[in-house]
Amino acid sequence: MSLAAEFDAARYRNRRGRNLIVLGLSTVATGIGLFVLAAILSDLLWEGASAWTPALFTQMTPPPGSAGGLVNAIAGSLAMTVVGTLIGTPIGIFAGTYLAEYSRGSRFSQIVQFINDILLSAPSIIIGLFIYQVMVVPMGHFSAWAGSVALSILVVPVVVRTTVDMLGLVPNSLREAAAALGTPKWKIVTLVCYRAAMQGMLTGVMLAVARISGETAPLLFTALNNQFWSSDMNRPMANLPVVIFQFALSPYDDWQRLAWGGALLITVTILCLNIAARALVNLSSLKQ
Amino acid sequence: MAAVSADRTIVKLRGPQQALDLLFKYGTLFFGIVVLMILGGVIVSLVAGSWTALKLFGFGFLVTEDWNPVTEKFGALVPIYGTLVTSFIAMLLGVPLSFGIAIFITELCPAWLKRPLSTAIELLAGIPSIIYGIWGSFTLAPLLQVYVQPFLVKYLGHAPLIGGLFKGPPLGIGVLTAGLILAIMILPFISSIMRDVFETVPPMLKESAYALGCTTWEVMWNVVLPYTRVGVVGGIMLGLGRAMGETMAVTFVIGNSHRIAESLMAPGQTISSALANEFTEAIGDTYQSSLIALGLVLFLITFLVLAAAKFMLIRLQLRSGT
Repeated sequence: MSLAAEFDAARYRNRRGRNLIVLGLSTVATGIGLFVLAAILSDLLWEGASAWTPALFTQMTPPPGSAGGLVNAIAGSLAMTVVGTLIGTPIGIFAGTYLAEYSRGSRFSQIVQFINDILLSAPSIIIGLFIYQVMVVPMGHFSAWAGSVALSILVVPVVVRTTVDMLGLVPNSLREAAAALGTPKWKIVTLVCYRAAMQGMLTGVMLAVARISGETAPLLFTALNNQFWSSDMNRPMANLPVVIFQFALSPYDDWQRLAWGGALLITVTILCLNIAARALVNLSSLKQ
Repeated sequence: MAAVSADRTIVKLRGPQQALDLLFKYGTLFFGIVVLMILGGVIVSLVAGSWTALKLFGFGFLVTEDWNPVTEKFGALVPIYGTLVTSFIAMLLGVPLSFGIAIFITELCPAWLKRPLSTAIELLAGIPSIIYGIWGSFTLAPLLQVYVQPFLVKYLGHAPLIGGLFKGPPLGIGVLTAGLILAIMILPFISSIMRDVFETVPPMLKESAYALGCTTWEVMWNVVLPYTRVGVVGGIMLGLGRAMGETMAVTFVIGNSHRIAESLMAPGQTISSALANEFTEAIGDTYQSSLIALGLVLFLITFLVLAAAKFMLIRLQLRSGT
């Protein structure tokens, strides 16, 4: 064997070795990631499931040191999530419609989408501060309305984004066919484009609901909390995330157990919403 | 005759339809402007709310370490420091791990595992931060306190240069733990962006490199990474923006102490944790206004980071589009 060939063989081994090391490390990285995430979920399941008693869903949040449930927090979270979604979804869908149908590719559309993407990742606690200033201070008290509006501001960017993306996928031939029949534009958008993009837009709304149902930070300064049952949207209202926050950091065992139970409840809800949203996307792509 | 009346109906119909068309167009435009107004409103309200503090403390607010509600002296240095350090730790640990995961998914993973793995990662990115927080304070912090931190103190505490970072009693909670939790949180986020970005590389480029005899790593490092550099950096910065603004996960484990300690194992404070802990209890205009000023600082930092990230991702998109 010549010297050159030997050198090449050494170099080849070297390169192969380096390749193996890096690929090994990346496998290890994936392993670490999966392990940590599995640890979180199994811990949550373990601690949370033991707190899932009928009382969790039927009793009020207890005073320190005694047993109880989370029913008022669950109801409050549901109410604020529903109202927040109802406020945020139309804003998002209409804004997205303008961007995708009336000004696609224009400067205005680019700017709004850029701002929208920033809102999408902006710290949610800032949204809480914003709503505190524009709603809680003028009204003079914390309220479930303020909490709902704060959540709706988190809904808007998600819905705008998916609406723009989904309307962009609607083939132009559909619009042209409708226009050729003399259909006015607003009917083309609402009766043709919306129908064609319905599943995708619905997915966006579900993802938005999933996102806000676990948000804590924007509710801290807006809806605050309430130890009792309240159906008055004009007053502070209990909600799962803030109750979990308060109870988990307390020194009482009962409260901590409830916090785990609530945490599991939120996670299961969000995972189900996400999986359903994904299934919807798969369904629509199968049809095409 | 019939044609004339049909013409009239068309004219009659066109009137309201045109009006509806205009209504729909400008109605949707209004909501588009609402999106801009939200951002404008956030900025205006933050500036207005922090006006008292900014007038009182001026530029010094950013570089003052005091945080004293009794004497009403406030400075943002401690929370800013905490935010930067925890995010830095998160990036230091999170980025290489995410890179590894993205390599694994795009290059190594068998085809049948690809979809489930990607889906799992995306689902985990959706888990709310309070879950990470509660897990961090009940599981991770005690683990660190008993097993990891004593080890760090023993072996790194006396090391030159970095020794000071690992001194002090192992408390479990603190800046290091907060950074660790943030790293775990941004892991699914960054790795799924990196994976998406890596998939934009034309297969022809990769196949050409493989045909020349490159190893998988050489293809990643010399072909895929240079091609997607802008997108990868954009994704990392998007993760950084997330990490800096993250509230609940950090609040649980940071320890909430308004002091800059040399050691990473000491409790600290980030901007968002200070807000979450103190805002509803802040009495007095100056106190509250100072907290809102903290919010303004956080908003400006994250805005810059996110805007830079978006610019980079858009640039990658434009290129792969042509």
